[in-house]
Amino acid sequence: MLAIETKNLTRRFGDFVAVNRASITVEKGEVFGFLGPNGSGKTTVIKMLTGLLPITEGDAWIEGLDVRSQADEVRERIGYMSQKFSLYDDLTVLENLQFYGRAYQLKGKALEKKIDETIAANKLEKYVNRLAGRLSGGWKQRLALGCALMHEPTVLFLDEPTAGIDPVARRQLWDLLFQLSGHGITFFVTTHYMDEAERCSHLAYIYYGELIADGTPDSLRALPEVNPPGTHRFEISAPAITTALRKAKEMALFKSATIFGRSIHALVDESVGQQELDHELRRHGIAVEEIRPLIPTLEDAFVELSQRRQMQMEAAS
Amino acid sequence: MKNPTQGMGAIFYKEVRHMRRDPMAVLFAFVLPVLQMIILGAAIDTNIRQVRTAVYDASGSSMMTEVSGSSESRAFLDRLRNSDTFRVYKYVHSDAELNEEMISGRASVGVKIPIDFDRNLLKGNQAQVLVMVDGSDSNVAGQAVNVSGSIGLDESLRRMMAPGQKNPIEVRPKVMFNPASRSPNFLLPGLMAVLLIMVTVMLTAFSIVREKERGTIEQLFVTPVRPLGLMLGKIMPYFVTGIVELGIFLVFLRFAFQIPIHGNVLVLAGLTAGYLFVNLAIGILISTKANSQAEALQFCLVVMLLSIFLSGFMFPRETMPLWAYTLSHFVPATYMIKITRGVILRGAGLEQLWFNGLVLFAMGAGLLLAAAKRFKKMTV
Repeated sequence: MLAIETKNLTRRFGDFVAVNRASITVEKGEVFGFLGPNGSGKTTVIKMLTGLLPITEGDAWIEGLDVRSQADEVRERIGYMSQKFSLYDDLTVLENLQFYGRAYQLKGKALEKKIDETIAANKLEKYVNRLAGRLSGGWKQRLALGCALMHEPTVLFLDEPTAGIDPVARRQLWDLLFQLSGHGITFFVTTHYMDEAERCSHLAYIYYGELIADGTPDSLRALPEVNPPGTHRFEISAPAITTALRKAKEMALFKSATIFGRSIHALVDESVGQQELDHELRRHGIAVEEIRPLIPTLEDAFVELSQRRQMQMEAAS
Repeated sequence: MKNPTQGMGAIFYKEVRHMRRDPMAVLFAFVLPVLQMIILGAAIDTNIRQVRTAVYDASGSSMMTEVSGSSESRAFLDRLRNSDTFRVYKYVHSDAELNEEMISGRASVGVKIPIDFDRNLLKGNQAQVLVMVDGSDSNVAGQAVNVSGSIGLDESLRRMMAPGQKNPIEVRPKVMFNPASRSPNFLLPGLMAVLLIMVTVMLTAFSIVREKERGTIEQLFVTPVRPLGLMLGKIMPYFVTGIVELGIFLVFLRFAFQIPIHGNVLVLAGLTAGYLFVNLAIGILISTKANSQAEALQFCLVVMLLSIFLSGFMFPRETMPLWAYTLSHFVPATYMIKITRGVILRGAGLEQLWFNGLVLFAMGAGLLLAAAKRFKKMTV
């Protein structure tokens, strides 16, 4: 049985199509990364799947249950952590846990036991009586995750769970997610961080309502749209990197070029070899330090896919 | 699932914690209403008394410095002073000065006794007194005209009747339920209805809009908490607050302002429940419309102002133009004020007030249903 399945999922707001015929399948136990620019429909998809927004057209199932007709059964199986962490700032850590436990119908001994487990699992012991509003970002997020997991959901939706969190907390969260996915929990995660995307077992990319890529990180990097036939990529290290990029962009040689850290990622014609490229760059006054052949990163892949899509859309209109 | 009010208990419990931790809520719910009650009860007197009056006595017999004398003008002015309506604060010595007192607003009433006042009376002719009244405040003006008129009439009768002769007709007014005509007795029962709006409408609306602002409401809709359970869980704490508030008001009324409560307090509490339902439903309806607490406040102010001006709390409904009078039937506070005044001042019971209670409960049921419907739409 699939953890999440959608067929031609569509959401319109008046004339505006926020999500257009998106079909997604997520296996049980996967960490599914859902990527796309801001405003491209990621949150809208999550809201439809969690029952917060009506589906305009198409179908969606969670663990085989129809999201539309079996909303109540679906609710008991899913957890949701929104961008804002949705905690009550004026309640303590313990009170937040108590409330969400009760909201999920836990009572008495079972509630106490679950709260103790959650506190232990998230190492919240020191903060039990602290107001949630006084926790730092990382601890807030742990508490929010704890609250979302109180009722032992099997599918968890996380909408940008690591926005505004320091790198250590970020890594800890992902370690925790993988630990939980080992127990069969499925995660549906949106993020803007490419290193997080790399960690996912399954990715989909949505661009202004259209699902334009779906697969493992490796398969997305290997897409022909990302690696157009007859081209290859190089990583060029040079001092004064911005001047170098400006000069490089004037050269007809490059199909695309972007700065990546202290180097330029460039897409050039297959006929242009490493030595020829080196020669050409020097001829244009760029002091090359090193040139390496490059396997495209996920960011390369998404930038490439977005640009192609943008051109198609412009051509269509 | 089967239980449409699922999650009510969890929400109730959480809401009580919020209230306990929020000093503003306590301030809104208990401190501010009581303060308003004290201010209105102690400071405002709707009876018109001691109106500032300037006098120009051209007959020259009642200068401020002059203590003795028994002239006619002096006797007339004594009547004015003893009426409690007028307070003579100044004697002036010319028409111009009298005018100046009126125009500057220092005097609300200007009395001029002409030079031939005594003479005319002694001769048996008609003597005239000019009473100028500032019409800026129509209540004061009306009272001043009436009282000065009846003093004149009374003095005239006294002169015309033989000693020992009695007035052919004597009106004996008996002011019931508030024999001393004390303002707090009239104002405070009405004020209770208005203040209850603040506690119920405002706090309910705020508590839901706050969850919208914080984004927690979505989190709630993902849980098995049903919209109706959320709504009732939100309402109940404020219902209890409203009833407690009623108790506090009654204690203040009885002991701080010495207003006797003639009717049955339980009847009052029972009928108040209907009024609270109406207000809580309005609060919920506002929260489904408003997206921020500032917006919610605007809506609440509209409700408050309508309740203050149209309910008969401040101004009698009977003198309103037809459109306003018609509109006042749709203001819940109208019925509540009839109930509070009825029970507290007149000792009325269900036999007299059942209709008002019925209207409130009907309004409450209707509005709560509408609120539940709109509330459900906020989810899916």
